Amino acid sequence: MKAEFDIPVITHYPQTPAIQVDAMVHSQPFVAKPDHQEPLGFPGELVEDWHDKAIDKMGELLGKYRSLQVFMDACVKCGACTDKCHYYLGTADPKNMPVARQDLMRKVYRRYFTFAGKHFPKLVGAADLTEEVLDDWYKYYHQCSECRRCSVYCPYGIDTAEITMAGREILASVGIGQKYSNEIIGKVFKIGNNLGLPEPALLDTLEGLEEEVKEDTDVDVRFPVDQKGADVLLVTPSADFFAEPHVDGLIGYAKVFHQAGISWTLSSHASEAANFGLFIGSQGNMQRVAMRIREAALELGVKRIVVGECGHAWRVAYSYWNTLIGPFDFLDPDYPAPQHICESTYDLIQQGALKFNKEENDDKVVTFHDSCNVSRASRMGTMPGGQFVIPRALIKASCNHFFDMRQETIHEGTFCCGGGGGLLTDDLVELRVKGALPRMQALHEVIEEHEVTHMAAICAICKSQFTKVLPYYDLGMDMIISVHQLVGDALELGVER
Amino acid sequence: MPAYPSPRVASKIYVLVSRLKGVAVSVVSYLYAALFYLATAILIVGVGRRILLYSRTPAPLKIPTTPAPTTTPGVVARMFREVVFFESLFKSNKWTWLFGWAFHFGLLLALLRHLRYFTDPVWSWVAFIQSAGVYAGYAMVFGLVGLWIRRLAVDRVRYISAPSDHLMLALILGIAGSGLLMKFVWHTDVVALKTYMLGLMSLQIKQLPSDPMLLIHLALVICLMIIFPISKLLHAPGLFFSPTRNQADNPRERRHMPSNAG
Repeated sequence: MKAEFDIPVITHYPQTPAIQVDAMVHSQPFVAKPDHQEPLGFPGELVEDWHDKAIDKMGELLGKYRSLQVFMDACVKCGACTDKCHYYLGTADPKNMPVARQDLMRKVYRRYFTFAGKHFPKLVGAADLTEEVLDDWYKYYHQCSECRRCSVYCPYGIDTAEITMAGREILASVGIGQKYSNEIIGKVFKIGNNLGLPEPALLDTLEGLEEEVKEDTDVDVRFPVDQKGADVLLVTPSADFFAEPHVDGLIGYAKVFHQAGISWTLSSHASEAANFGLFIGSQGNMQRVAMRIREAALELGVKRIVVGECGHAWRVAYSYWNTLIGPFDFLDPDYPAPQHICESTYDLIQQGALKFNKEENDDKVVTFHDSCNVSRASRMGTMPGGQFVIPRALIKASCNHFFDMRQETIHEGTFCCGGGGGLLTDDLVELRVKGALPRMQALHEVIEEHEVTHMAAICAICKSQFTKVLPYYDLGMDMIISVHQLVGDALELGVER
Repeated sequence: MPAYPSPRVASKIYVLVSRLKGVAVSVVSYLYAALFYLATAILIVGVGRRILLYSRTPAPLKIPTTPAPTTTPGVVARMFREVVFFESLFKSNKWTWLFGWAFHFGLLLALLRHLRYFTDPVWSWVAFIQSAGVYAGYAMVFGLVGLWIRRLAVDRVRYISAPSDHLMLALILGIAGSGLLMKFVWHTDVVALKTYMLGLMSLQIKQLPSDPMLLIHLALVICLMIIFPISKLLHAPGLFFSPTRNQADNPRERRHMPSNAG
């Protein structure tokens, strides 16, 4: 694979590079145009009094989020986070160390909001908000995937994602939004999903899938849309409708529902689980995007809401839906609201409702990539850590050959794929490739030790990101697969239940 | 930052004090008393205001770093492990953990040891830890020196250090060092010191021993108390308000609303 930048060399993990100042100072995503900004309630371009507006906005956010206020004060610069970010490990740019990324905002916070910074700025590293600082914010708050890995290791739990979100929100509020995320949120408002897939195209696609499954299995597996009175509303990332390898996951969900005899439906009104309002730190937009799902559930009269394989969507659904669009008192209290598709399938396996022919996956040696938002910002099941156990249980139920990657790169220590947090865009390919390095190192190890052939994931962004970056590391783009592809391929259809 | 007496100035003060022999209470005693009252007020009001700010700022969304406890007792246990064992730091970096933990627990023990200057009669457990308290001083110096070496030697940590980060280490190292020097080299009249401290607590100004090392030690402590509420020392109260650590992971079971933000 040819690239206009140096592709990192895979060495033995762990590898902490020496700092290279400004190594990624050229990396920034396209800036949103007025058309992308205004539907979200942001000014179309940089406002004239951006300096005062930005400081005012920072003050507003400090008063709105305890996390931001505490995190601005509490850091002691101990350095515990400095070697934890995949973007630092992959680029060596010191501003990609979590603490340095935070300091881009902290130095401004200190200058305008603290006694020490107002009176002794040089002493405490405080700085005025200048155009250069704003520029750095735009660049480096778009080199953070909000994966929270740093927050695991910080002695005070400082979560850089919270600061990145605040940084992006301040930037957008003075007119410097990110095109990729804001354009997508606009599409959700206008059409109903991230891909801008209109209802007729969606129906057409799903019809095609029914035919495909019929051809493969000779079983009539349905992909219903807007079916009133169905038990389950499935909300899944729109990439599941046609992107590879996502769509094989969707087929897997449908097979499971079919085999378990669960009546389910998709919604054309809420044909998207993703919620990029999270990425840009805008609680208002996040709530507006999420509200479609409550509306759809009420309109269709479903009893349960199940969320498909999507990392940040699961974070929003699991952690925020109840607050933003709850309460879910209209749903069946016997099921968690919302429920992850992996939880749903896991429960069915526990009940003995599904039978598997594991040999169907004997051509694969599988490992599992824990997605950041699922691992560090949500849960599955009733026990803390269920989000690690349940997807692996599904894989082991449907495959004979499974091996985990190195311990410090999985579970709560998992590395982001490199494309999360609103960075899954072609204008950031260098960052995405370099940011994937730690995961590639860990993957490389299990390939060498166990001849791993496939890496399963439960996140649409992870799947798209790996499809793109695996070839840069001389690995096949089809190594990455959906967990529910494995489930669907091994599931015995049509046999008695 | 308020000035504290350099050794040269301190010795001049000492000469001055010696000349004033016969006067009931020295000027220095009044000066330090005033500074102690001021520093205590700044510390209590400053940190109190900060705690009030943290507790009044809403936490509108659930953001515990997971896996997280699902119950309040679980959260208490998690916080306990963070505060007492520095659990997250241990996961991160064993050297920083070792130096940081040695310093903080040395500091705790040294502080408790100093309670003997503020209690009469001395509580039995304070008397009990007196001998261990000396080792606490060594542990502090060991930890601080280790942290400082790390700050200077590791390129990543050097990059994120501001002058204040170095000065903070210097200040606390100065406090620990001057304390150890008083213990082992230049002794001071601890009985008179105790009388002075007990006096301060009942708003009476007694004679403060005028040994330079004691005056340096106390001046540095006063300095630390004053900068506490305007510096990174706010990590101490901050930890307890960190939503990623103090929230229970139960958003589906219990609807989190800003009114019950906790």
